[in-house]
Amino acid sequence: MSGPQRVKFYQTGTFTVGNRLLDISVRSIQSDADRHNSLNSGHRACQGCGEALGARYALDAAMHAARGQLVVANATGCLEVFSTPYPESSWRVAWLHSLFANASSVATGMAAAMKVKGRTDVRVVAQGGDGGTVDIGFGCLSGMFERNDDVLYICYDNEAYMNTGVQRSSATPPAARTATTPAVGPEPGNVFGQGKNVPLIAMAHGIPYVATASVADLRDLEYKVARAMEFRGARYMHVHVPCPLGWGTPTSDTIKVARMAVECGLFPIVEAEYGEIIGRRELRQRIPVDDYLRTQSRFAHLFSSRHLGGRDEARIAQMQAIADRNIARFGLMSARTAEKVNA
Amino acid sequence: MNKPFAITLDVGSSLANKTGSWRTERPVYVDRLPPCNNACPAGENIQQWLYLAEEGNYEAAWRQIMRDNPMPATMGRVCYHPCEGACNRAHLDKAVGIHAIERFIGDLAIERRWSVKVEVASSGKRVLVVGAGPSGLSCAYHMALLGHSVTVMDAGPAAGGMMRFGIPKYRLPREILDAEVSRIESLGVTFRFNSKVSDLDATMREGGYDAAFLAVGAHLAKRAYIPAGDTSRILDALSVLRGIESGEQPLLGRRVLVYGGGNTAMDVARSARRLGASEAIVVYRRTRDKMPAHGFEVQEAMDEGVLFKWLSTIKAETEGPGGEGTFTVEKMKLDEKGYPQPTGEFEEIKADSLVLALGQDVDLSFLSKVTGLSVKDGVVEVGPSMMTGHEGIFAGGDMVPAERTVTVAIGHGKKAARNIDAFLRRTTHVPAPKHELAGFDRLNTWYYSDAPATVQPELDRARRASTFDEVVGGLDESNALFEARRCLSCGNCFECDNCYGVCPDNAVIKLGPGNRFRFNYDYCKGCGMCAKECPCGAIRMEPENI
Amino acid sequence: MLKQCEGSVAIAEAVALCRPEVICAYPITPQTHIVEGLGSLVKSGALTNCEYINVESEFAAMSVAIGASACGARSYTATASQGILFMAEAVYNASGLGLPIVMTVGNRAIGAPINIWNDHTDSMALRDAGWIQIFAETNQEAVDLHIQAFKLAEALSMPVMVCVDGFILTHAYERVDVPSQADVDAYLPPYEPRQVIDPDEPVTIGAMVGPEAYMEVRYLAHAKQMQALELIPELAAEFKAKFQRDSGGLIRTYRTEDAETIVVALGSVNGTIKDVVDAMRADGVRIGAVSLISFRPFPSQALHDALAHAKRVITIEKSLSVGIGGNVSHNLRMAIQNPQVRMYTVIAGLGGRAVTRVSLDRVFREAMDDRLEPLHFLDLNHEIVDRQLERERLVRRSGPVAESVLRDVGGVTAGIK
Repeated sequence: MSGPQRVKFYQTGTFTVGNRLLDISVRSIQSDADRHNSLNSGHRACQGCGEALGARYALDAAMHAARGQLVVANATGCLEVFSTPYPESSWRVAWLHSLFANASSVATGMAAAMKVKGRTDVRVVAQGGDGGTVDIGFGCLSGMFERNDDVLYICYDNEAYMNTGVQRSSATPPAARTATTPAVGPEPGNVFGQGKNVPLIAMAHGIPYVATASVADLRDLEYKVARAMEFRGARYMHVHVPCPLGWGTPTSDTIKVARMAVECGLFPIVEAEYGEIIGRRELRQRIPVDDYLRTQSRFAHLFSSRHLGGRDEARIAQMQAIADRNIARFGLMSARTAEKVNA
Repeated sequence: MNKPFAITLDVGSSLANKTGSWRTERPVYVDRLPPCNNACPAGENIQQWLYLAEEGNYEAAWRQIMRDNPMPATMGRVCYHPCEGACNRAHLDKAVGIHAIERFIGDLAIERRWSVKVEVASSGKRVLVVGAGPSGLSCAYHMALLGHSVTVMDAGPAAGGMMRFGIPKYRLPREILDAEVSRIESLGVTFRFNSKVSDLDATMREGGYDAAFLAVGAHLAKRAYIPAGDTSRILDALSVLRGIESGEQPLLGRRVLVYGGGNTAMDVARSARRLGASEAIVVYRRTRDKMPAHGFEVQEAMDEGVLFKWLSTIKAETEGPGGEGTFTVEKMKLDEKGYPQPTGEFEEIKADSLVLALGQDVDLSFLSKVTGLSVKDGVVEVGPSMMTGHEGIFAGGDMVPAERTVTVAIGHGKKAARNIDAFLRRTTHVPAPKHELAGFDRLNTWYYSDAPATVQPELDRARRASTFDEVVGGLDESNALFEARRCLSCGNCFECDNCYGVCPDNAVIKLGPGNRFRFNYDYCKGCGMCAKECPCGAIRMEPENI
Repeated sequence: MLKQCEGSVAIAEAVALCRPEVICAYPITPQTHIVEGLGSLVKSGALTNCEYINVESEFAAMSVAIGASACGARSYTATASQGILFMAEAVYNASGLGLPIVMTVGNRAIGAPINIWNDHTDSMALRDAGWIQIFAETNQEAVDLHIQAFKLAEALSMPVMVCVDGFILTHAYERVDVPSQADVDAYLPPYEPRQVIDPDEPVTIGAMVGPEAYMEVRYLAHAKQMQALELIPELAAEFKAKFQRDSGGLIRTYRTEDAETIVVALGSVNGTIKDVVDAMRADGVRIGAVSLISFRPFPSQALHDALAHAKRVITIEKSLSVGIGGNVSHNLRMAIQNPQVRMYTVIAGLGGRAVTRVSLDRVFREAMDDRLEPLHFLDLNHEIVDRQLERERLVRRSGPVAESVLRDVGGVTAGIK
């Protein structure tokens, strides 16, 4: 993939946040001692919050790309609630929260205002969780895409409505336990539906740029934000951000779990321009979905099924099939050997 | 801006909310002991000099080595590198080639004439070092740096001890050894060669020495009783190696038996090949895996055509009909405990000579008048400070109970020097407490990319068999840099910024190059992500006192 | 400039004269012609420096306006009926954030049953949303109120809804004096936001406010509307000075000086009421009328002053607060604390039913004879509703009400039982 700059040769630090051996110009934004910290300390996100981290990663990168000329629309949700309880705000960017469903439309308005005022240097980012994006905000999002408004929309996907206490969203994976898909009965957890792949739907709008990213791969995430900011028009990023509370993982494991989601194939990291996939992040250390699911108590029933008296092989196999399909569909394994040789 | 009440807030104002109060566990930065450092008999801070080498700052790396070991170029060649045996990287692919980087750095220091200086005032104390082998040289170097006046006396004609008279040139070119010895000499150390100390008491008295470090090594070859028709066919390994070093050509013949399974046996067998022996056969009473010689030495010997006869002891030598030697060999078998036991089966092997490489004993005669010494199993006992039973007399190297390697000897020299210094200043040397070991399970190896060990170029094997040129080539700069960067920095922060980056609460403060990081406990919620994502295990979570 | 044109076209031109910078367009009858008109003006180049955005819903329309307004752009949209309900959440949000958006509501009934004709149910549904709500009586006033609305909204940093009766005004061709650009520019200065999203001076707008401050925030919104009670007449006076027309203000009285009976109403129905008042005055009846222009803020004092001397007040309401009656009249009761004044609520014209002079004349006289019940439904077909109520009493599965009523009226002729 055109991807982030590959850090060659430096063995300790190729995958780390920073690298003292790299030229400063190619170091990650997050490694900068003077990074912007768009989301400041003192916010009330839970310990180990992936969304708080993802938002700082993304907005710092966007601030960097926009040379500080950035305005942000934020959907209702955890991110909004934990960052702006009166009288304190954690944001260090010009930031507007309106409603749950309308962040993309608000951003459209912001972009229109900036355009009409001749402030084309000011860039607009809209952000929200999966509920505000994939579910309730989906109509506005699609409208923003269709009009190709000059907005980068970033969805921080933690796969359920976490702010309200972990209810299912249409981004909740099959089999996952949530408060509205309890792990009881013969088919515990969320249903195996058709899924709702918003990155692919975004691509179907033919917008200039669509990418998925993960808090587990900072360099890739930063590259994608920077790349997205090179375009004008509607752009979409879908960032995977584990939620220790909702997923039932230790607070220390957020990045680890995110990494496993990528490496098992359930969260493919891809990049598309004008509706066509142009890049993918190949798996580095492929793992079975078992390893990933096992880390999270929301999937615990798959491994100690009351009905089956043990592993729910059929449904684990269904999950593996989803991962396998992603790997095949997006070519997440094809050139792996070549990459190993180059490393 | 006249901001509307409550709905509109000042940016960044959440700093007023100190989320540190949520914490039940706190992260703390720790330095854990890297396995390489732990394994190094010379006590080198390997991880630290690799860190400096990774930056390409070879001089700083060299100076870091020089704090513990005055002979990196030599050490990079002859040390059996237990560091690499302990290296965590071996769990990922292959151990970091520490010795090769050390050699590169050592060679670069010689090439660029880097030197160290004595930076403390003279103590006015005089120290005698007996023996100019690795241990004596190491001690002399450190004592000189500590401001003492040092005289090294050695029975031989040149400095180096076993490094010169035991290790063949193809493993340690003499110009390297000479360069590193002369660097020690330039610190003001006085060398007196061909000056065997036969009465330590007298020498101390006459020289007005305040303390002494004894490091005479082990030079008396152990013999095995082998009834022989012609005893001139039976030689000892040290004599052979010393003869080669002195320019003599020991008459070994075309077919040479070497008796023993240690590294010296390998040295002799390989040297014999170089001296023209068509066959060099190592006879050893146990099996290959029981051999004390290092695996790579055995392999290199095999590569050079040295033959091995396992599970065999030599019982006798008789004159053959054509005047050649015939050696009677008994087959052995290993008992349940792994000890060789005779089988009563014999065979005969024809050979022109037999070289005994069965180990060495220490010549302790010069200590006969020294009181208070305790000698056990032929070596001098020393306390934790390397001091013998006689106050002010310290000892190290092969003459004390320890593994007999150059690196152990170097380590003894350093340790003794620090204790002698304390003794002379009437203080006590307290070594820094050892950190907890940074085992492989402490690492988050995701962050290390795959990197193959850089294989040192090897000389053409055919060429190797006929000359004493150095067998193993060195790394060039790019290789050395690459190799250094394979270091995982186990247990010690290498400023990868992971903790700084992954903290969702911006509760890590980056202090700038070389200064690492600090936690901001005002905001740290204690999630533990920093510790989990630290590649090298340099963060520990500790329970918070609530 | 005087012209004969459709109300919507005149409103579009008036809005354009206000130099909106962002217009959000979404079609819904009967407002559609307004945004169409604006679209033409932008597309043709007559209105420059304006982003005209075809949004995908009313919810988006208000949301885009929120974003634009927060960034300091003068923002406008128009809607009606279901549209305002669909954007309801954002309507509240705009006022909560104190954004001076101006929105035209082409007043229309709310379904079900779906109905595209005029009444005030839509605006009334959002009467507590924190917006200023002003009602136009004529197309001329609709034009003038839009110009005043921007000035009012921006002065207070509070959104304004200009309510215009669907079809009756929006689709009516009348003579309208459309002001000149120069005069409007002189009256309406460029938008100077009270707060703005600006990367050079960043703030956080839209914080979460808990019990410790939420009431204060709401109170402050109320206090702001109380300020509007003073500002609205001032702006109307200023407007009159500039344009030589009485337009706007809180209320407009008509022949109330000595009136014993005063009729109060919102919007265009006041025209009919005035005709009836004139006719009854000709008969010597002491009757007058008050056109309530500002419904939010509710001009209690002004109404008190205008109505306190009357013996009875009849409110003609184009919306029904189901389960109690009239919205306006209940607010009026708060304004006129005098229990001696008899109050009548007449629900009229729902779903576009004509409000005729004959019917008004009848209920006014009944009120004066104290024969009118306190809550009256003008021209309600009692025969039909009684029949339906009876049917429902007898049959559990009585079928859909609207279809039953239509059948009774004769609208459904097919032989479906």
